[in-house]
Amino acid sequence: MREIAYEDIVKAVKNMVIHTATNLPEDAMKKLQEAHEKEKSPVAKKVLEQLLENAEIARTEKRPLCQDTGLAVYFVKVGQDVKITGGLLKDAINEGTEQGYIEGYLRASTCDCFTRENLKEKIGYNLPAVIHIDLVEGDKIEIEYAAKGGGSENVSRARVLAPAQGREGVIDFVKDVISEAGPNPCPPIIVGVGIGGTFEKAAISSKYALFREAGQPNPDPDVAEFEKELLFELNKLGIGAMGMGGTETVLAVHVEKNPCHIASLPVSVNVQCHSSRHSHITL
Amino acid sequence: MSQVHYLTTPLSDEDVENLKAGDIVYLSGTIFTARDAAHKRLVDLIENKEELPFQLDGAVIYFVGPTPPKPGDPIGSAGPTTSYRMDSYSPTLIKHGLKGMIGKGKRNQDVKEACKKYKAVYFGATGGAGALLGKLIKEAKVIAYEELGPEAIRMLRVENFPVTVINDAYGNDLYEEGRKQYEVKD
Ligand code: SF4
Repeated sequence: MREIAYEDIVKAVKNMVIHTATNLPEDAMKKLQEAHEKEKSPVAKKVLEQLLENAEIARTEKRPLCQDTGLAVYFVKVGQDVKITGGLLKDAINEGTEQGYIEGYLRASTCDCFTRENLKEKIGYNLPAVIHIDLVEGDKIEIEYAAKGGGSENVSRARVLAPAQGREGVIDFVKDVISEAGPNPCPPIIVGVGIGGTFEKAAISSKYALFREAGQPNPDPDVAEFEKELLFELNKLGIGAMGMGGTETVLAVHVEKNPCHIASLPVSVNVQCHSSRHSHITL
Repeated sequence: MSQVHYLTTPLSDEDVENLKAGDIVYLSGTIFTARDAAHKRLVDLIENKEELPFQLDGAVIYFVGPTPPKPGDPIGSAGPTTSYRMDSYSPTLIKHGLKGMIGKGKRNQDVKEACKKYKAVYFGATGGAGALLGKLIKEAKVIAYEELGPEAIRMLRVENFPVTVINDAYGNDLYEEGRKQYEVKD
């Protein structure tokens, strides 16, 4: 059994949270630069130019990339041969999140669903984080993190299709979701699609698809082909950067496919805005 | 063809009449921040015929909930938030003198109609460019509803704040027109 101290997890998470708020990861940066080069609309090109400039200011002056510094979402892989000493893993992640959001001058965005009261006093500053934990082989803990903004979550959708709707049905559904979303999720966007499994498995898969490096294809060549087809179809919509019309609406499509029940075809579309703030650490 | 304008607030009817969807505007002067909760309170005040915390005539409201400022800065990151949440309140404010709104994302038909009827515009700022836009805000002061935190009403002084006209006073909509231009039909 390898021991990992609670305090070390708190510290690592805190540093990751602070860093991610001001540093657009390389993959997203590269995709934005490519979009800027390819974009045909002068208005959209200007927007992309502002986004690149924004990333530069955020990085050099340590200012948050966006004022919506998101809810903290984690996918955690815990090795079976790890023992955490001094406290619970979830508490450590929440504590690191809270410290990071406070010390990084980030926004507290969690509230009660109905009263809309900010929960920074009752529960904690920007708490609780959304944490998905998986038990895996080995003696390490891998923590993948995203600061997920509200604008792109608001346009995300899930539906259980009839099996007969098949591949075409999935394409139509994804197209409808992105078309309806239009300018609202701050395009250019990355689209995560979870297909199969049960209702919640599809939704979690679509979220996890967004944790992949932008543009990295699914290892299954058939699924990778499907991703390319979707990307092509979605960019025909003409939404463009910030919805002002243009050729570059979607930077990448990531699909995760799971086996499903003989009676159903669940599909979920989770949208990630251009401010794709992701990081991971291994302890 | 898209034109570039430099305007100082408060905006007049004439300022608004000169703007067309797709035009780029660099705004300077004072603007006010408000999100859903603050909008609800403003509309309640108008309905109860009470005094508003700021002059609505010619005013521009920015839909934003900034991050907390670092020591020495007037404000943190401050890009636009999604505007549709303000759709049910904006027409009342426009009727009472509001001339401009800055946000991101689509507005409903009622807002577009109000822009036409009472001469107002809806500007889009670049969502997710909070670091860049925050730097163009030179002063920020909470003037009402401090208890709402990021949703409080702030008075901001901006210099050459870059926005694009989405809905003008003639019923045009850049989101619809821009998209039509680049859409590929099968
Ligand atoms: S959708 Fe993304 S870029 Fe746009 S405001 Fe929300 S977090 Fe920021």
